[in-house]
Amino acid sequence: MTLTVAFMVGWLTACGVYLLLRARTLPVILGLVLLSHAANLVLFLGGGVPAEVRPPLVGSGEGPMADPLPQALVLTAVVISFAMTAFVLILALRNRRSLKSDHVDGERRES
Amino acid sequence: MASTPLILLPLLGLLGALLPAIGGRSPHVSARLAAAVVLAGLVMAGLQAPAVMGGEVLVERWTWLPAAGLDLSLRLDGLGLLFTLLIQGIGLLIVLYAHYYLPSSAPQRRFYALFLLFTGAMQGVVLAENLLVLVVFWELTSISSFLLIGYWTLDPSARQSARLALAVTGAGGLSLLGGVILLGEVAGGYDLTTVLASGDAVRADPLYPWILGLVLGGVFTKSAQFPFHFWLPRAMAAPTPVSAFLHSATMVKAGVFLLARLFPVLAGTQAWFLSVTTVGMVTLVAAAFLALFKHDLKGLLAYSTVSHLGLITMLFGMGTPASAVAGVFHIANHAVFKASLFMAAGIIEHESGSRDMRQLNGLIKRMPHTAVLAMVAAGAMAGVPLLNGFLSKEMFFSETLQPGMGGTWQTILPVAATLSGVFAVAYSLRFIHDVFFNGEPVGLPREPHEPPRWMKVPVELLVALCLLVGVVPAWTVEPFLSAAAEAVVPGRVPHFDLALWHGFTLALFMSLVAMVGGVTLYGVRRFLFRLHDRYLPEPAVLKWFTEVELGLWRVARRVLGAWENGSLQRYMALLVAAAVALAGGAFLTSGGRLAGGGGEWPDLATLLLALVVALAGAATVVQQRQRIQALLWVGVVGLTVSLTFVRFAAPDLALTMLAVEVVSVILLLLALYFLPQSSPPESTPWHRGRDALLAGVAGVTVGGLVWAAQGTPATGIGRDYLARTVAETGGANAVNTILVDYRAFDTLGEITVLGIAALGVFAMLRGFALPPARELRGRRWDPDAHPLILATLSRPLLPLATLVSLYLLLRGHNAPGGGFVAGLVMGVALILQYLASGSRWVRGRLQVRYRVLLALGLGLAAVSGMVPWLWGGAFLESAHGEWHPRLLGDIHWNTTLVFDIGVYLTVIASVTLILAELGRLGQKRIGRQRPYGSTAPETGGKGA
Repeated sequence: MTLTVAFMVGWLTACGVYLLLRARTLPVILGLVLLSHAANLVLFLGGGVPAEVRPPLVGSGEGPMADPLPQALVLTAVVISFAMTAFVLILALRNRRSLKSDHVDGERRES
Repeated sequence: MASTPLILLPLLGLLGALLPAIGGRSPHVSARLAAAVVLAGLVMAGLQAPAVMGGEVLVERWTWLPAAGLDLSLRLDGLGLLFTLLIQGIGLLIVLYAHYYLPSSAPQRRFYALFLLFTGAMQGVVLAENLLVLVVFWELTSISSFLLIGYWTLDPSARQSARLALAVTGAGGLSLLGGVILLGEVAGGYDLTTVLASGDAVRADPLYPWILGLVLGGVFTKSAQFPFHFWLPRAMAAPTPVSAFLHSATMVKAGVFLLARLFPVLAGTQAWFLSVTTVGMVTLVAAAFLALFKHDLKGLLAYSTVSHLGLITMLFGMGTPASAVAGVFHIANHAVFKASLFMAAGIIEHESGSRDMRQLNGLIKRMPHTAVLAMVAAGAMAGVPLLNGFLSKEMFFSETLQPGMGGTWQTILPVAATLSGVFAVAYSLRFIHDVFFNGEPVGLPREPHEPPRWMKVPVELLVALCLLVGVVPAWTVEPFLSAAAEAVVPGRVPHFDLALWHGFTLALFMSLVAMVGGVTLYGVRRFLFRLHDRYLPEPAVLKWFTEVELGLWRVARRVLGAWENGSLQRYMALLVAAAVALAGGAFLTSGGRLAGGGGEWPDLATLLLALVVALAGAATVVQQRQRIQALLWVGVVGLTVSLTFVRFAAPDLALTMLAVEVVSVILLLLALYFLPQSSPPESTPWHRGRDALLAGVAGVTVGGLVWAAQGTPATGIGRDYLARTVAETGGANAVNTILVDYRAFDTLGEITVLGIAALGVFAMLRGFALPPARELRGRRWDPDAHPLILATLSRPLLPLATLVSLYLLLRGHNAPGGGFVAGLVMGVALILQYLASGSRWVRGRLQVRYRVLLALGLGLAAVSGMVPWLWGGAFLESAHGEWHPRLLGDIHWNTTLVFDIGVYLTVIASVTLILAELGRLGQKRIGRQRPYGSTAPETGGKGA
């Protein structure tokens, strides 16, 4: 079980890092999106990966509840990573306008 | 009177440095302020003097960084007092002198500010009780000296000389720091009290040679000892008051001061004797010899200073208590006569316009008063009886004759001492004869005459001091000297007799030889000058230094160029590699247990989710060049991650993630409209291989960390929240109560970040226009901007979505929901209207300015946090209770709802602002740049 989720996070990280190292802005941004998914999962899984839990709603039933703290932390992180993605996207647009290319170093002309 | 805090002495200078800077433009005001500051320091030191001379050692201590052994502690003992009086006393005279010396066009405020800064730093050096504090102040003196040497900023050679001085003394400071740290570690503390008490342990330690070498590295560079002496003559590029003060009386004495300070700890070994004595002796003789050949007045004085510093060093090197006392005595004497000589030289330059002794001749007729003063001071420099220099020089001569040095030293030392005496007499004679007699001036720029009355006062006072000390030493200097000696050789102060006449001793004979030899040498000077010019050309120190500087510059640029080649792609690769190496390395070296917890088999749902994430992630990578596909795959990953949150019992999170995913995909599609639809293949296989390797290692590291983290037992914080939430907040949804109550301050910060990002997007898009990119196959975009069916369906959806979002907001405290989710749902509903009907249509009907809404939301959240202040509560403190209105039933209220509404509004405003602004970008007219179609497409939101 833990191995499965660890694999999931590791795989997402690897895909994200590979895309992050590309030369064009959009793949880099997609890489960032994947990396933020991975980061959110790392944070979330900090609360453990029990096979059977119920949501952290007090009084909603019997059995152990999930750890609410990582959930709260990740919730705001999700919203912020959206804001960051938006910001970087606009940067990429401006970059393309001023460098006449969407290469991260602004060297090669657009194909 | 000992109640005046010692810290005020260095602080006076350091803070007083601000006074001339803020004291207006008038140089008179600046000079008076500076004088007042130095006078205050002198008075303060005078008040402490009786106690210190009575044998007290005043120590003050403020804890600063106890973990590093660094306390701000100061001590005032006899040695410190002697130096303090020199610094403040001569400093006061220098201020008076500089006021007349500096031309009115010079930046005087800067001079006085730097001067006071130096005074404060030097005070810190001589008063430091903690050795690390001493090093800090030591560096400050180097820096202020650098700034003062380069005072004439327009003169390139002055700037070069300043850099040279900083390079030499700065390197020495580094060496000193190393020595002090070793010393402190060996002695078990950095306080002088500790260090001075552990002399035997230090000298016996195997690290002693290192300590000695590193400390001497600092001492020799600062005090311009051979072979580091070359910076001091160059430092004469500074204005003469600076040369008089820093580069003869005080700063260069910091090195020999340290020799005196650490004398009880480091002295007394063979290594000390050999290194310090030899270096001092070589410096003493060589510099005295070279001084004779300098045609520049200040050059002669500079080499003479180097030589006298060598004399002092040699005295400390010989290591007997009596020689150490003589060293301290000569420090004071030299400061007094050399400062007055520099001032006299400055007067001559000021009045005649030249410092060249080949031009300056026969000045006795033109400035007789100055001439007499300079001659007396030069006599002290030569060691003429009845002047202070004679006394310490006699002590020096008799010390070199002490038995017990052993073997050849018994001969070398007295010979070297006598030889230096011969040279000293010769160059002093040259200073007198060549300038004031020797015929008539040759081609002086100005006809010299006496300076303003007050400019001579500092010289007169110092010369009077030379005479007083020389004639009646027992009544003037002896008490100060005894107190200082007690600090240098505690408990072993020898009996010393500061009398003029000791009978016909060997030392007196050496003095006589020096006098006769010096006069003879000066007599044959023309022959010597020819020899010197032929065989000893002036070394081009500045040129060498510049070459070294340039070479270093080139190396630095090459190294920098190799790393920083301007490619962001490469920086990113390096950054990832460094991060992976740090995280993975720390994990491996910490002996981390790679034992994940929980051996149970994954259930089908988890396996499926992992599989989908893996496939979609891989597909994103494989299809990254076909951008629209890659983008859709990223959407799949996002959706699967939100399903993962469902699987692991996080409904709030899943809802938020779902809404965010929708918004993100719309955002990416909107942006793609303006970007090329595909990436060109341009990475080489090598690059792809390197990136794949990096990505693989990063993935394994992060995955491994997650796995390992599962093996560590969970803490109880989360369970604690679950246990407290209902009782304390009345809310059953622990996630929401954490967000808006327990950790509301965090949330406030996060919505602020969200708002800033939205405003940033808005600002960047303002006045910005971009032509849409080509469609994938180069065809024109679909002109049907707003499909009828979408528009028709979306309009009735808005009120429904509003209802849902309000419901989510209100129930958030007890069930999945809350401000974030509700705001996102509302945002999506609004965006849908933009997409379906165009932003012009929406703006015509929905007159909300999102920036105002954003401010409103953030303001509401912040103000709701401040309200509890009214009745003395904490920021963001909450209250809750029950309310039973008729007909409506039971209502549980909580003040955090207001905060949550603030979050709600902020999220709506941010999301809509970002997307609506990006959507509008496609509608701006860009003139001829619009590539396709004559009619403008209504909106950019094609892909959505």
